[in-house]
Amino acid sequence: MTAKTLFEKVWDAHVVVPETTDTPAVLYVDLHLVHEVTSPQAFSELRERGLQLRRPDRMLATLDHSTPTLPTNADGTRPYANAEAQAQVAQLETNCREFGVELHGWDSADRGIVHVIGPELGATQPGMTIVCGDSHTSTHGAFGALAFGIGTTEVGHVMATQCLLQRKPKTMAVHVDGRLPQGVGAKDLILHIIGTIGVDGGTGYVLEYRGAAIEALSMDERMTVCNMSIEAGARAGLIAPDETTFTWLKGRPRVPQGATWDAAVERWRTLRSDDSATYDHEVRIDASAVKPTVTYGTHPGMAIAMDAPVPAATNAQERRALDYMKSEAGKPMQGTPVDVVFVGSCTNSRLSDLREAANVLRGRRVADGVRMLVVPGSEAVRRDAEREGLHQVFTAAGAEWRVPGCSMCIAMNGDLAQPGQLVVSTSNRNFEGRQGKGARTVLASPATAAASALAGRIADPREYSTLDNRRQEQAA
Amino acid sequence: MKAVTRIHSRTAVLADENIDTDRIIPARFLTTTTRTGLGKLCFHDWRYQADGSDNPAFPLNQPQAQGCSILVAGHNFGCGSSREHAPWALLDYGMQAVLCSEIADIFRGNALKNGLLAIVIDELEHRWLLKHPGIELVIDVREQFIALPDGGRIPFQLEPFARHCLLNGVDQLGYLLQHTDAITRYEQQEKAA
Repeated sequence: MTAKTLFEKVWDAHVVVPETTDTPAVLYVDLHLVHEVTSPQAFSELRERGLQLRRPDRMLATLDHSTPTLPTNADGTRPYANAEAQAQVAQLETNCREFGVELHGWDSADRGIVHVIGPELGATQPGMTIVCGDSHTSTHGAFGALAFGIGTTEVGHVMATQCLLQRKPKTMAVHVDGRLPQGVGAKDLILHIIGTIGVDGGTGYVLEYRGAAIEALSMDERMTVCNMSIEAGARAGLIAPDETTFTWLKGRPRVPQGATWDAAVERWRTLRSDDSATYDHEVRIDASAVKPTVTYGTHPGMAIAMDAPVPAATNAQERRALDYMKSEAGKPMQGTPVDVVFVGSCTNSRLSDLREAANVLRGRRVADGVRMLVVPGSEAVRRDAEREGLHQVFTAAGAEWRVPGCSMCIAMNGDLAQPGQLVVSTSNRNFEGRQGKGARTVLASPATAAASALAGRIADPREYSTLDNRRQEQAA
Repeated sequence: MKAVTRIHSRTAVLADENIDTDRIIPARFLTTTTRTGLGKLCFHDWRYQADGSDNPAFPLNQPQAQGCSILVAGHNFGCGSSREHAPWALLDYGMQAVLCSEIADIFRGNALKNGLLAIVIDELEHRWLLKHPGIELVIDVREQFIALPDGGRIPFQLEPFARHCLLNGVDQLGYLLQHTDAITRYEQQEKAA
């Protein structure tokens, strides 16, 4: 038997019709996640063609992008940004009712960002194929699933056939050797990786993150890493499931229980790249060299250690990026004045992310003139955080504690920054205008975001507090 | 999808690298529930000034760019999100093809499924096209080349199935539905395992 990579094992197990020179493979989809932004046109298409959903039992829908993160108004209405956002949410509610899709909507105790609730519910499992009309579907690769974003036409394909037409992508191993230094986390690591391989370094590839530093990461951290695979151009990024994965998943609502759980774990243990498997490309990253990392330009590949000098522009695009950001070549990002701080998004809105931010903020105050938003990734995260009193840490520090949603990551729900404002954000994209027209985004870890909120300038969290050690936390 | 066999147009150039889907259509416009009428929002924050008037610095607002339906864009066009609103907006704006030395995977797939020719060309020829906006090109999908005014040709590769679908206006969902029996067999095997 030929040696296979993790990706190839998952791919091969889902081929319904193999690819040929002339035709792509027909690939089966185990889990189809749905949200309000990229699904309405697909439901309409189905309706126009008189088609039904093939497997509504393999779909899971939620409301996250267009939803307000402020609480319900006194009269019971919700503070939507505009009528279109409200209509879009209503449309998904109608579509799910009409087509029989499980929706974790406003009345659900499990509502949240689609890439946060999939794993929380145990709907995300090793070895699965998972798609969503959302590029950060790569998040689920943290569980050893092949998970990637698709367009709305493809959303319709999956709805009607539970399959996609796909060409087999190439494979790239990202070996992360050594150990992350104290006070440096998964967000710093993935920004460092994207800064190293480039914003298009993964185009055409599925990444597999591996090596000692990856194995040492908690599940939350692995999700942060896989989440940003797309920011290097890779549609998917995987990590082989291990004891950390199984421990995290055990007992969650949708995973097998009892004897079938043991059988599932046995099966999942085979989801590792064979020793002699080969990749189309390999890169090596030294974890011990990673420092608190931030972006200085207008795509996630423009990332450096916060104390390193901003590189000089080498072409027109980089000049435009530095001008837009008002970043100065030769000077470090550390110390740059900050207007807004955002902790949230499918990259960094899980309980351990909030703890990381809270540990820096505890007993301190956000600097005058800085607005800080903390938006939990799901209702479950919100409940857990409030049980621990994290919300009080945030509000006592002067931050706003919000209702779950994508919020300022994509800024389509009314949570946004003003033109020219600098936002230190735990989200995934620093594109021009991403967080509001003219807003300048610096991507960073939750600890860096919190430290920067306190200082009113981009600041090294190690100067404020030692990070909680999530790996020990999960083991405990 | 309507068949696309040949495109004849002058080129418009957006030389910036890494033009992401947020620049093509900002996220605040994604609250739509239809796929039509997005052309007026295409490149919105680049194309218009704060008062809503055209930004004269936006290359596609130049008089010579009017009526062009072939866009030559800087390296790594369409990076970022999976929003199909990006190709919908470009098509409605009047674009029929994007030529680039690299195009982000999800955007490229979305574009081709909508009949927007997302074509990757060699760097050398890409650089030349970036420097020569407004030249007249003919893109031949069947023969997979771009004809230059001087008779020169730029060859390109298209994934064979995407090319077949473009040339014949194939409905990919219809094609997938033809495999229903195989899908059913797969599901039965999966259940038995």
